[in-house]
Amino acid sequence: MMHWNSVSDFFAMGGYAIYVWPSFGLTLGAMVLEVWLLRRRANKADVA
Amino acid sequence: MGLFGINWYRYAAPQAFYPLAGKMIPWFAAIAVTLGISGLYISLCIAPTDFQQGEVYRIIFVHVPAAWMSMFIYLVMAGWAGIGLALNARLSFMMAQALAPTGAMFTLLALVTGSLWGRPTWGTWWVWDARLTSELILLFLYIGFMALQSAIEDPRRADRAGAVLALVGVVNVPIIYFSVEWWNTLHQGASIGLTRAPAMAAPMLWGVLLMALAFWAYTIVVALMRVRCVIAERAREAHWLNEMREST
Repeated sequence: MMHWNSVSDFFAMGGYAIYVWPSFGLTLGAMVLEVWLLRRRANKADVA
Repeated sequence: MGLFGINWYRYAAPQAFYPLAGKMIPWFAAIAVTLGISGLYISLCIAPTDFQQGEVYRIIFVHVPAAWMSMFIYLVMAGWAGIGLALNARLSFMMAQALAPTGAMFTLLALVTGSLWGRPTWGTWWVWDARLTSELILLFLYIGFMALQSAIEDPRRADRAGAVLALVGVVNVPIIYFSVEWWNTLHQGASIGLTRAPAMAAPMLWGVLLMALAFWAYTIVVALMRVRCVIAERAREAHWLNEMREST
């Protein structure tokens, strides 16, 4: 059972889009960045 | 010989744990991604609108798991630090060191998503109430731990100094958790507790729990990745030191 009636409803988040999307975006972004930095660090540490 | 016929003490040696950690990473990564996608689907597509706050309440699905992890990681980090001090186990210190940056990241995310939630609901980005202030102190404790570790050159002394700081800082975690009960805070009390029924609709609760479990599996993945880096870097340093001693 989907909560939203349309795609634009979903992105509008009931008028709170500027608070909801940055919250999810920054969280996901921080996680992706951390994994990327660790992979880079692992590559550096392994090559010797 | 211990549980399942495996000698677990063998894995207390960093060089033995290194390949084991490497084998565990893809499994926990698969768990994190699966739980994360289902959690996001429930949080953003299934969970109903909050009758008081409207859609802005959906920040709860990242804010609460991040805040839980910020405190939980600190407890685990301090636990490893304590074991390291008690047993003088190198790998325990390395685990504490591997958890700190991820704990700091979740603390920062809890503060930032809280700010994004506070602006539309409280009318302010920040307030110096007990919950927000003690969470900010947690961020400083993580940063202090990392700064202290990197400031001391001798890894053994750095480990011990960091561990003492981590253990002293543990007192802040119950202060964060109970701050909303002990003081009159603008921040609301807990909606989910172990001793009573949660004060929210079932899909909301499932969203929060799935996201929290996804964050937990994610933390295991990055902590294992980082501890492998630390093991490899320290092995290299030790190798160089030996070569230098032999050549002089």
